[in-house]
Amino acid sequence: MNFTDDQIERYSRHILLKEVGGAGQEKLLKAKVLIIGAGGLGAPIALYLAAAGVGTLGIIDGDRVDLSNLQRQVIHFTADVGVPKVESAKDKMLQINPDINVITYQDIVYSKNILDIIKDYDFIIDGTDNFSAKFLINDACVMAKKPYSHGGILRFDGQTFTHTPGHACYRCVFKEPPPKNAVPTCSQAGVLGAIAGMLGTVQATEALKYILGIGDLLTDRLLMFNALKMNFRSVNLKKNPNCPICSATPTITELVDGELPVCDLKAH
Amino acid sequence: MIITINGQSETLDQATLSIADLLKIKNVEMPEMVSVEYNGDILDRSVFNSTSVKDGDVIEFLYFMGGGRHSRSVYEF
Repeated sequence: MNFTDDQIERYSRHILLKEVGGAGQEKLLKAKVLIIGAGGLGAPIALYLAAAGVGTLGIIDGDRVDLSNLQRQVIHFTADVGVPKVESAKDKMLQINPDINVITYQDIVYSKNILDIIKDYDFIIDGTDNFSAKFLINDACVMAKKPYSHGGILRFDGQTFTHTPGHACYRCVFKEPPPKNAVPTCSQAGVLGAIAGMLGTVQATEALKYILGIGDLLTDRLLMFNALKMNFRSVNLKKNPNCPICSATPTITELVDGELPVCDLKAH
Repeated sequence: MIITINGQSETLDQATLSIADLLKIKNVEMPEMVSVEYNGDILDRSVFNSTSVKDGDVIEFLYFMGGGRHSRSVYEF
């Protein structure tokens, strides 16, 4: 691949890294990453992967930008309130880097569309805010043998791990979604905005490492942090021989939709 | 006995206790939101009562995160 002068200058800080170099930058430009959710996690993920020159970025979200999003969803600006999030995100991603291709899906993932959407991508990133989607993304990626990054944030805490085929999946740790009555609606929760950046940039880094084939991924390790104590630790995970989805004899053989959360702050 | 919970060494007065007892002692208010890793393996919820905690055990409480909330900070480092 021949880089243009502009590309050499734009990506010079990557090319200078011996772990990346011209060959690595070429891998990034040829890679396809899907970001599920254009919210708190999706915002930094989309901005950094666009800036990094990941050649094809898919982004899926069914919502429109709301004023209450702007405290943490840094890809959306005040003037974007009311605009579909995927359109607002695409606009900023292309402003940062017109060198990339952004594919938008103004939709949510559900059992009937997810396999068809993820099949075209090399790496998937979960930036969703509900357990139904998190389990669906896990199950679909395990079934389709796709690597993905899991991420969750709440209050001052975050957690993430990376799944690649043959390694522990979300259901190895969390067998099934928590009972609905144990999960109060989203409107009762809060999150410190910058936490989304802390976790989203870890997820973006994992995607870049996977594409480049460098370093040690967060496979079989759950990284957790608490920002009040500013303490990070990771716990080793094992593939669960009784996992309902990734074991040799899975009990889940088709995708199902969980109940979608009601998340309307104005209703309270 | 001395066990390690979430990376920290703790001395327990009890001579015998189950994982379910431990969740109560540690004030885990919503055990439905916790997976328990016991010496490296995820425990099925159905054996929380029948699994005894022993001296030297390494236990992790792993919390669901994303979309819900907890009544207190979920990671006590």
